[in-house]
Amino acid sequence: MHPALQGLVTIVVGVGGCVGYFYLSNFLLDRFLLPARAYSAEESAARRRTGTIIVFLLPALLIAALYIAYFGLDGIFTSTGLFWLAIVLALIFGLWRLRDYVYGEGELTAGRNISHANMIRPWLFLLPAILALGLYLTYPVFETLRLSVTQRNFSTGSYDFVGLQNYAQMMDEPKFWEAMRNNMLWLIVVPALSTGFGLLVAQLTDRISWGNIAKMFIFMPMAISFVGASVIWKLVYDARPEGQGQIGILNALWVNLGGDPQNWLTLPFWNNFFLMAVLIWIQTGFAMVILSAALRGIPEETVEAAIVDGAGPFQIFFKIKVPQIVPTIVVVWTTITLVVLKVFDIVFAMTNGQWGTQVLANYMYSKLFTANDWGVGSASAMVIMLLVTPILVWNVRNARREMK
Amino acid sequence: MAGLKLTDVGKAYGEVEVLKHINLDIDAGELIVFVGPSGCGKSTLLRMIAGLEKITSGTLEIDGRVVNDVPPAQREIAMVFQSYALYPHMTVYDNMTFALKLAKMPKNEIDAAVRKAADILQLTPYLDRLPKALSGGQRQRVAIGRCIVRDPKVFLFDEPLSNLDAALRVATRLEIAQLKESMPDRTMIYVTHDQVEAMTLASRIVVLANKGISQVGTPLELYETPQNEFVAQFIGSPAMNLFPGEVIGTGEHTTVRLAGNHGTIVSAYPTRPEDMGAAVNVGVRPEDLHLTDDTENSYKATVDVQENLGEVTLLFFIPDSEGADPVIAKLPGIHRGLKGERLNLSAKPDKVHIFRDGISLLYRQD
Ligand SMILES: Nc1ncnc2c1ncn2[C@@H]1O[C@H](COP(=O)(O)OP(=O)(O)OP(=O)(O)O)[C@@H](O)[C@H]1O
Ligand SMILES: [Mg+2]
Repeated sequence: MHPALQGLVTIVVGVGGCVGYFYLSNFLLDRFLLPARAYSAEESAARRRTGTIIVFLLPALLIAALYIAYFGLDGIFTSTGLFWLAIVLALIFGLWRLRDYVYGEGELTAGRNISHANMIRPWLFLLPAILALGLYLTYPVFETLRLSVTQRNFSTGSYDFVGLQNYAQMMDEPKFWEAMRNNMLWLIVVPALSTGFGLLVAQLTDRISWGNIAKMFIFMPMAISFVGASVIWKLVYDARPEGQGQIGILNALWVNLGGDPQNWLTLPFWNNFFLMAVLIWIQTGFAMVILSAALRGIPEETVEAAIVDGAGPFQIFFKIKVPQIVPTIVVVWTTITLVVLKVFDIVFAMTNGQWGTQVLANYMYSKLFTANDWGVGSASAMVIMLLVTPILVWNVRNARREMK
Repeated sequence: MAGLKLTDVGKAYGEVEVLKHINLDIDAGELIVFVGPSGCGKSTLLRMIAGLEKITSGTLEIDGRVVNDVPPAQREIAMVFQSYALYPHMTVYDNMTFALKLAKMPKNEIDAAVRKAADILQLTPYLDRLPKALSGGQRQRVAIGRCIVRDPKVFLFDEPLSNLDAALRVATRLEIAQLKESMPDRTMIYVTHDQVEAMTLASRIVVLANKGISQVGTPLELYETPQNEFVAQFIGSPAMNLFPGEVIGTGEHTTVRLAGNHGTIVSAYPTRPEDMGAAVNVGVRPEDLHLTDDTENSYKATVDVQENLGEVTLLFFIPDSEGADPVIAKLPGIHRGLKGERLNLSAKPDKVHIFRDGISLLYRQD
C-alpha cells in the first residue's frame, strides 16, 4: 500500500475508533448499566443478579485465566508472579466495588442512576488514555528505576541487584560531567534567548502590516523535525578547505570578512552554542506565538494611560507590557526548559556528543544502545527525569493558574 | 489657568469622516460635558484632546498654545478611562506615582503628593494593594487619584462611572462634583451617556450629533431653549413630544393647528407674517402638559395607556399615523381612571417650542 494511503487509513481508523469508543461507552452506560429510570426493589435485585455475572464474574474470570495462562500455577510464587498477583487481586476487588456502585440495593430512583452514570462516564472516557499512558509512561519509569540498580550478568543472562553502583560509576566518568555542564549551559542559554527573541519579534510585528507574514516565517521552523533542522544547520556550518568555494553560509560570510574557514562544530566550547542556535531557531517561533497572543491580551487602555503618563516606547514595553505578561513568559520559559532538558536529536545528528558537546540525553543513548550498558544508561535516564520533574510540576501549576 | 480652543477640528479614519467642523471655546475652570448618541464621536474628540488620536484637520489650543503635534505627556492633561486602566501589576501607590517617577520628581515630593491625593479620595488604607484587590468604586478613585497627583491643567473623563452600579454612581458623581469645587481653576472635560450626570455636573454641555456639535450651552439653556429637534428630544426624559402642525396665527405669539384634528396650541415663540401656513413641529415636554378646561387652545386626545407611578402619572396617547412616537403627558400626583377618557391638555405658551425644518424658530439665522 502507498504510504500516504496507509496514513489516511490510520487516521480514519484512529478517529473512527475514538468516535466509536465514545458512542459505545455512552450506549452501554446509558442503555444497560445505568438507564435513566427508576427500579422497584424486585427489579433492582434481579438486575443485580445478572449484573454480578456480567460486570463482575465474567471479567474477573477472564483476568484470572489470563494470569494463570501467563504465569502458570508454579509461576505464582516468583517475585514477578506475586507482583502481578497483587495487581490481579486489586483489579478483581475493583470490579466487585464497581458492581456495588452500579447495581444498588432496594428501590432506585432515576436521579440516582443518572448521577452514578455521570460519575462513571469520565473514567470510562479516560480509560484508554490511562491504559496507554500506564503502558508507555508509568511502566517504563519503574522498569528504568529497576534497571538502574541492577547489572546484567552476561553469562547467565540474569539481572543482579548492585545498589547504587551504576550511579557511582557514572559519577566517575568525565563524559557524564561534561554532559551535565553542557546541559546546564543549554538550560540557561536556550530558554533565555528563545523567549527573548520570541518576545522581541512578538512586539515588533504587533503593529506592522506585514507582521503576520513575518511571524509565519519565524514560526515555520517549528514544523521542521529536530533532525531535519540539524541537517539544515550542518550545511550552514559546513567547512571546505581554504581556497575552495564555501558552501556553508557561515564560513562564506566569515571568509568574506577575511577569516580562515573554520570547522565550527569542532571548536571547543563554542561549538555548544552553534548547536544551541538550532534549538533557538526552532523554539523562537513557539515563544513568539504564545507571547504575541499574551501581548494582544493586554488591555489597550493601560498602554494609553501610560502614554498619557509620559512613558516612552521602551518604558511602555518594560514597565507596562512585560510585567503584565510575566505569567505567560514563565510558562513559555519553563516549557522550553523541558524541551532543552530532553534535547537529543540535534546533538546526535550534528556531533554525536564529540568535541565536548555531550548532553545527558545523548549520553544516555550512547550508554544504552552503543555501549550496551543498561545499568548506567538507566541511571542517567533517572537523572534526567529527576531534573525534569520539578520544572514540569512548576510548569503545569503555572499553566493552570494562567488558564484561570 | 488653561482654556481650550478647538478651531474647525475634524477627524477621519481613512475615508470615513467621524467628526468635522468642531468649533469650541472652553474657558479655564469649566466643567464641560460631552453627550450624544453612541458612536457620535465623543470618545474620539476626547482622545484627540488627550493626544491619543491624531487630529486630521483644524487646530487644538491648550492655554493658547497649539498642541496638535505635542505628545500627550506634554499637554498637561490627565485622563480617566472608562475601564479605569489601572496598571494591574502595580500597587495603588505605584499606580499613582508612575507618571511622577517618569517625570523624575523628587521622592519626597512624590510621596507628599500621593499622601495628599489618597487623603482626599480616602484611599490611604489601600495604598499597598493591587488593583485586583479593590472594589469598582475604589478602582475608580485610584484612577482619579492618578490624575490628581499630576496636578494637570485639564482633566479628561471618558464615561468614568459607567462601570459602577447605580448607587455607587450617585456617590462618585457627588465626589467628582466636590473634587471640581476644590480645584476651581482646573478645567474638566467629561464624556457621559447619562443625562443626570450631564445635567448635574456640567457648567456647559456639548451635544454632539451628526459628526458635529448640535448645541453648546448650560444645562438649563439646553433644557429650556433647545436649538433643534435633536437636542430637544435628547435632553430630558421622557423625551419632548413633537406634534406636526400648521401655523395659523403669527405675531408675538404663534398659534399652530395640530395635524390630525387634535386642536390648536399657542406658543410664545414669535413668528412673521410670511410664516403663515408653514408646516412646523411643535415641541412640548411631557412635564409641561397639564389638564385644562380650555376647549379652544388645547391638545385633544384619548388616553390609550396610563401608568401610575405615585409621584407622577404618565399618560400615553398613541397617534393614528404609523410609526409615530406616542405623545406622553406627565401629570404630577395621582389621577385615577383616565384611561379611555378624551382629555384637553395644554401648556404655558413659553413652554411650547416651535421647530421649522428641525431648527428652533428662536435660532433662525435669516
Ligand atoms: N479606528 C477606527 N477606524 C474607523 N472608525 C472608527 C475607529 N474608531 C472609531 N471609529 C468610529 O468613530 C465613531 C465615533 O466613535 P467613538 O468611540 O468616539 O464614539 P462614542 O461617541 O464615544 O460612542 P460611545 O458612546 O458608544 O462610547 C464611531 O462611529 C466609530 O465607528
Ligand atoms: Mg466612547
